[in-house]
Amino acid sequence: MTQRVAIELTVNGRPVRAEVEPRLLLADFLRDHLELTGTHLGCEHGVCGACTVLLDGDPVRSCLALAVQANGTHVETVESLTQEDGSLHPIQQAFADHHALQCGFCTPGFLMTVRGIFDDLPGMTEAQIREAVSGNLCRCTGYANIVRAVQQLQRDLQLQAVRDPATRSGSRVDDRGALRDTARSEVK
Amino acid sequence: MKPSHFHYLRPQSLEEALEMLQAYGEDAKVLAGGQSLIPLLNMRLATPKYIIDIGGLDELRYIREAEGQVRIGALTRHVDVEKSGRIAEACPLLGAAVQRIGHSQIRNRGTVGGSIAHGDASAELPCVLAALRGEVRIQSTTETRVAAADTFFLTYMMTDVQPTELVTEVRFPVLPAHTGWSFQEFARRHGDFAMVTVAAAITLDGSNRIAKAQVAVGGAGPVPTVLTDLEEAIVGEEPSSALFESAAAQVGDVLEPDGDLHGTPEYRVQLAQSLVRRALDDATSKVGGAFV
Repeated sequence: MTQRVAIELTVNGRPVRAEVEPRLLLADFLRDHLELTGTHLGCEHGVCGACTVLLDGDPVRSCLALAVQANGTHVETVESLTQEDGSLHPIQQAFADHHALQCGFCTPGFLMTVRGIFDDLPGMTEAQIREAVSGNLCRCTGYANIVRAVQQLQRDLQLQAVRDPATRSGSRVDDRGALRDTARSEVK
Repeated sequence: MKPSHFHYLRPQSLEEALEMLQAYGEDAKVLAGGQSLIPLLNMRLATPKYIIDIGGLDELRYIREAEGQVRIGALTRHVDVEKSGRIAEACPLLGAAVQRIGHSQIRNRGTVGGSIAHGDASAELPCVLAALRGEVRIQSTTETRVAAADTFFLTYMMTDVQPTELVTEVRFPVLPAHTGWSFQEFARRHGDFAMVTVAAAITLDGSNRIAKAQVAVGGAGPVPTVLTDLEEAIVGEEPSSALFESAAAQVGDVLEPDGDLHGTPEYRVQLAQSLVRRALDDATSKVGGAFV
């Protein structure tokens, strides 16, 4: 008889309970069981980055994680970016403004990778930005506009920090940072 | 591209994990970060009957220093090594090598013990472990033993770890004073599997001669190759580009790379020669600390 394993996790802020086959990939769990089809599957062996989601705050490849491994974690998918009123997240807006996508297949992965570095972005160099997005493949744009979009986002965040230092505290971004710190506390 | 059926076991303690390995080890694969195993499962190159997921064993996540070694719990993720100030201080060669592992999304999941136990000849950590003469702690229900790097890697993807055993700790020597280091890697694209890697550490004495040299090449044979002849040849000499150039020219004698789609054996040997020369130059230039 096929084994089923009970899992409990938080996906985009909502608690999720399910019983899954252990061989189910996290990406397929998100897409087929939760119908969060924004997470795209390209290569299914960890090369293309299209399936990138945040796992306890860190960008990971959801095709290289089993759903059962996500038990007890916080997962964020590209669906978490859009605001409740339907407006775009600043990362999405920057991609739209700079034509940083064409066919859009790889875009969810890029958006979540950039989400993962969002906190650190104001202090990053262009080389660090390129390094950060280097694990995501895009066959349309040639990457130049993606890097431009991230740099525009970086400037916006820097300006925002200068104009209104208070806006950065208490945001979801900081909650996520705290989450990551907790997850890492064992290794110090 | 989906894994085939397997039975999933999730031990809650090291003891329980070792008992499961004792019972099912012959038919089981150990799952840690999964960044090497899950691609194999997805492509059905591996179809184990049991998966023992040790991801819950937080007792294996640590970075410590003891007896002149940096001791890293097997489940410590690459990202934690990459960001560790202690490792940047004690074993910067390791810190540099770990940055070359895959991409950040991989390093956020992949583990030090997993990379060592997987034993990929072109992988970064086995090359560094071999160069520095590190050690691996291996446990089973009946025994805890420590294997030296030179006996640990057997051949392609094969290590000394038996089916009932688990890698629990990886030990990298702390670099001594007046030591420079270098990690060189060539891959066709950033983040790809390396074609050839070189890890080197050079220690100078008070009269600016080479007191100790440690050099290993990865990706040019079934296991990381320690260049003992080269090491012996340059110890006692004054470092110079000419010395390193002639020493590197000899490495073809000991390397036996296979050819594949990406390069012939001859090409890999040439690549290894160039990277060894660069590594020796770079390591020497990084030797710091004043002699009194």
